[in-house]
Amino acid sequence: MSLFRLKGFPGTGNFRHGIHPPDNKALSEESKVEVMEVPESVTLPLLQHLGVPCKPLVKPGQTVRYGEMIGLGEAFVSASLHSPIAGKVKRVNMVTLPNGKHLPAITIHADGDQIPPQRLWDEMRSKDWPRDCISIYDPLTIVKIIHDSGIVGLGGAAFPTHVKVTPNDTRMIDTLMINGCECEPYLTCDYRLMREAARAIVTGALLTGRAVSAREIVICVEDNKPEAVKKLTEATEQTVIKIAVLKTKYPQGSEKQLIKSVLGLEIPLGGLPSDVGVAMSNVGTMATVARGVIKEAPLTHRVISVSGRGIKTPKNIFVPIGISMGEVIDFCGGITRNAARIIAGGPMMGFSFSDLSAPVTKGTSGLTVLTHDEISDEKETPCIRCGRCVDACPMNLIPTRLALAARYNSPSIASQYHIHACFECGCCSYVCPSKINLVQLIRTGKTLVAAWANR
Amino acid sequence: MSDTIKNKDPIAPPDSADERSGALIHVAPSPHIRDAAGHTQRMMTDVMLALLPVIALSIYLFKFYAVKQLLICVVACMGSEFVFVKMRGKALTLKDCSAVVTGIILALSLPGSAPWFVGVLASVVAIGIGKTLFGGLGMNIFNPAMVGRAFVMIAFAQLMGASSYENVTGLVDAVSGATPLSALKFNSHFMDVSSLFWGMTNGSLGETSSAACLLGGLFLVLRKTASWQIPAGILLSVALIAGITDMINSHSGLLLVHHLFGGALMFGVFFIATDPVTSPLTPRGKWIFGLGTGFLIMVIRLFSGYPEGVMFAILMMNAVTPLINRWTNPQPMGEA
Repeated sequence: MSLFRLKGFPGTGNFRHGIHPPDNKALSEESKVEVMEVPESVTLPLLQHLGVPCKPLVKPGQTVRYGEMIGLGEAFVSASLHSPIAGKVKRVNMVTLPNGKHLPAITIHADGDQIPPQRLWDEMRSKDWPRDCISIYDPLTIVKIIHDSGIVGLGGAAFPTHVKVTPNDTRMIDTLMINGCECEPYLTCDYRLMREAARAIVTGALLTGRAVSAREIVICVEDNKPEAVKKLTEATEQTVIKIAVLKTKYPQGSEKQLIKSVLGLEIPLGGLPSDVGVAMSNVGTMATVARGVIKEAPLTHRVISVSGRGIKTPKNIFVPIGISMGEVIDFCGGITRNAARIIAGGPMMGFSFSDLSAPVTKGTSGLTVLTHDEISDEKETPCIRCGRCVDACPMNLIPTRLALAARYNSPSIASQYHIHACFECGCCSYVCPSKINLVQLIRTGKTLVAAWANR
Repeated sequence: MSDTIKNKDPIAPPDSADERSGALIHVAPSPHIRDAAGHTQRMMTDVMLALLPVIALSIYLFKFYAVKQLLICVVACMGSEFVFVKMRGKALTLKDCSAVVTGIILALSLPGSAPWFVGVLASVVAIGIGKTLFGGLGMNIFNPAMVGRAFVMIAFAQLMGASSYENVTGLVDAVSGATPLSALKFNSHFMDVSSLFWGMTNGSLGETSSAACLLGGLFLVLRKTASWQIPAGILLSVALIAGITDMINSHSGLLLVHHLFGGALMFGVFFIATDPVTSPLTPRGKWIFGLGTGFLIMVIRLFSGYPEGVMFAILMMNAVTPLINRWTNPQPMGEA
């Protein structure tokens, strides 16, 4: 396999195993980003990121401006929260997010003069994001702004970005990788952003690269997005940024797989990208960093894609964080008669939910509505040990072994077969001819192992 | 857009006969999409399709005897599956087609002359002891068809031995004499290479034509229903050992050709050894399984009293499959 080399990079542009699900991006990839008007109210959970919830700074009845900090991320692994609209704080109540987290959230009713969201989006896609005077920004200042702007990874996991970019003497960052793979089927928000706001992404990448003092900056895109590559190539002219065009394969956009593809490096089990001198961030995050540093605007809006055959008019939209999923669906014409499953995120790793009052959070990359024909509700049949899951697992595990260990309550076998290395990408369940939901069994197995380790 | 925003909750029952009224929303854990092409039943159908050329040729060669044996084994396998599954109080599993596949493979591995009770008994043992006793599809250690065949081979040595093949000859004219490997072993007689390859020879119903087995086998491999590593491993080690033996005894390739295209090798390689249930999980394990099976086949063929060793070799490797799985537990990415 090492016969092939990705031009200009040590990796091969590919990783072992993985799957090729139909990407279904055609549904929404040609829809230009539309801007949603200011909603009547927004609901902002105090934990939209990985880490510690932020501390509320506002009281019911209080008036807030656009972009005002309403929640403070005090802990290191936390992120602050800002109001995406001007309005009045209604109450702090509990909401349940699609991922099952039940959390306190601040509800703000729109009131007073609003900044038109169209202006924010026009700013994002303008051509005058700076590329050459990046050095006037001090690295530590950039980190501080990223922290103060409440920026988290917009790819889905929502890990606070300042944690990744804070300089660490023991783990020097050599390469900053910007993830524009978007390997989840249906989702096209990153693709649209790369096409429409490539300059903002480039500026953000240069700023972040300066913050971590990276020797190299690489933007990684799958080869099914030639238009995005074209736009990024134009935008990166005369900069140090390189573009890596990778094989289209799921999960190419997973941190570990992407580092292997581009740099040929493997993150040690249980380790972080910084262990191999890499910092990785999503393209959307980079545009937000640019906005934060250059325009001094916090993370209040994001691009999401609303797609799937269960949605009347699939779209990519620029929305305020905290808007309800129901309003977003309405904006796209509602769901069709045969819609069967509404998913926050993509169909491989997204969470299905039914409560449409759930808000869009910082980590919501899209909404996928699948129809009856697309979802699988076939009955599980016995495992025939065909080994297809083994051939699909990008972590080189034996999913069927892990699933059996979980089913028969044997945490010692599960941990012996490296259950902790699974990141739940779903490849094994996707290929299983017996329609066993291996990932769900492995999730169960992980909790079993945790309980067993703490016994 | 304004008219669509009226309805606050798109899935709440609307007052008018709106198009949305039919939507029923499910929740389930991810992933939400599955590979439509991959299905156990489809794998079984693939195997049956791949067996078609083999079946066709055996019917052409052995006429009524092939049809009879196929019917007996398929019906007996399905019947046993029904009875044994009922006895265990489980849901019926006939729909997964695995019993049919076992029946066909079993019938094709028997001589046409074997009387009806041999086929029936082999089927009952195959499904009952070979499969259901271990817990049904996916749980068996040994290939069910081979368990059934091994049982009747030992229980009815006369009816299953070399002479049984020659009995058919008097009844069917297409083929005559001993099976190629018997002729080779006991009389040091070589067959004509082309009739060996195309299958105009005597033998078990399905084993005679390497061409038909190769055709079906390649289909299985291309469809990824059978893994390629197992056939490759077996063929490689058989070719290697037979090739060396050939050179030592200076048969100028004839012995090698006989070991590759004679006997049950091609049938076993593609239709029996590749049974996913009884072969290892990882590619590395499959290689070990294949190379080991090929080695055992040649050991039995060259050094034992039997002219053919495919069945016993596969059964022996089935037995060590759990061990191979343990040895070949791969290192996860980032561990090495």
